Amino acid sequence: MYELIIIGAGPAGMTAAVYAARKKLNTLLISYDVGGQVLWTAGVENYMGYQFIEGPELMQKFEEQVKQFPLDMKVGQRAESVSRINGDFEVRTDKLETYQAKAIIFATGKRPRQLNVPGEKELLGRGVTYCAICDGPLFADEKVAVIGGGNSALEAAESMIKIAQQVYLVSLTPLTGDQILIDKVTNASNLTIFLEHEVLEIKGDSRVEGIRIRALKSKQEMELDTGGVFVEIGLIPNSEAIKEVVTLNRLGEVEVNCANETDVPGFFAAGDVTNVPEKQIVVAAGEGAKAALQAHRYLQRLK
Amino acid sequence: MAQKVKIYTTPGCPYCRMAKKFLNDNGVEYQEFNVAEDKAAREEMTKKCRSLGVPTICFDNEILVGFNEAKLRQKLGL
Repeated sequence: MYELIIIGAGPAGMTAAVYAARKKLNTLLISYDVGGQVLWTAGVENYMGYQFIEGPELMQKFEEQVKQFPLDMKVGQRAESVSRINGDFEVRTDKLETYQAKAIIFATGKRPRQLNVPGEKELLGRGVTYCAICDGPLFADEKVAVIGGGNSALEAAESMIKIAQQVYLVSLTPLTGDQILIDKVTNASNLTIFLEHEVLEIKGDSRVEGIRIRALKSKQEMELDTGGVFVEIGLIPNSEAIKEVVTLNRLGEVEVNCANETDVPGFFAAGDVTNVPEKQIVVAAGEGAKAALQAHRYLQRLK
Repeated sequence: MAQKVKIYTTPGCPYCRMAKKFLNDNGVEYQEFNVAEDKAAREEMTKKCRSLGVPTICFDNEILVGFNEAKLRQKLGL
């Protein structure tokens, strides 16, 4: 039995791991990847100490720091459930392994939201993508559609107007991203913007051939020829594994107080998966530190 | 028998990095093609492999799109 299991190895989980290790807690870190959402971030310009650093490189530095300490790491598996057994916790992973601990820090972050329209699942990897930075170059000189109106959609549109023949930006709402990005994108001659339009369907057999959209007000439908669909409509918390154990808010985020405590004693949470305002690397790292120190205090009281 | 492994990647793609790290850690030899730069390789990936996502990992007679460690292990007999 471990004293502490940390689930998730993004900025929150890895910072928690360093703080836990320095308190000499017998700790296990379980995560599917190392770096979390930051792996998908091209450049980071607001993590103090670095004026500019690529996301994956920053996470490599976090990982190196974690590995200075003798803690157990299980990478490549996801926690499928966490249950309470006589005041302790048992974590079951998708590899059907189980681990026990006296305390938990849950720091699993968020993942891209899906549109949930016909064709989306079927054509994933065949033109539908949630990673513009990965798959963008595959659509050079083609027509593509970017779905969303926030910063990540605008960033995807910004990179695609440089390489694609034509970019359609389809947003349910007026554009909500930063003005600096809106200015960069909206003057491009190969960009057409459809505001207050919803996506009804992604069409195509072996690959994406087009999308069907509808104006919210006039209900008028339209088809756009496109070879790629970049879905950038925000994020949802990775909290399914614990929805029976702790209280989530209406967005599915874990409710924590300012000491990272949930409504279950011994169960702490940190970073983007929680209701903490502002999803930022520096915030998540700080929250991870707080959660580990609070978990240490909790474990001291148990002794 | 060692299989020929080809991996098609783009520079910004984290799952490509994870897949390459997995192959390296397990001593699997592979040929890498950066499809952001290499137009011929992009054509090969999209037309021949009919894939529109990276990483695309091609074996002698099978194609895996994305990084799925379990499937990769199975395919490589690891």
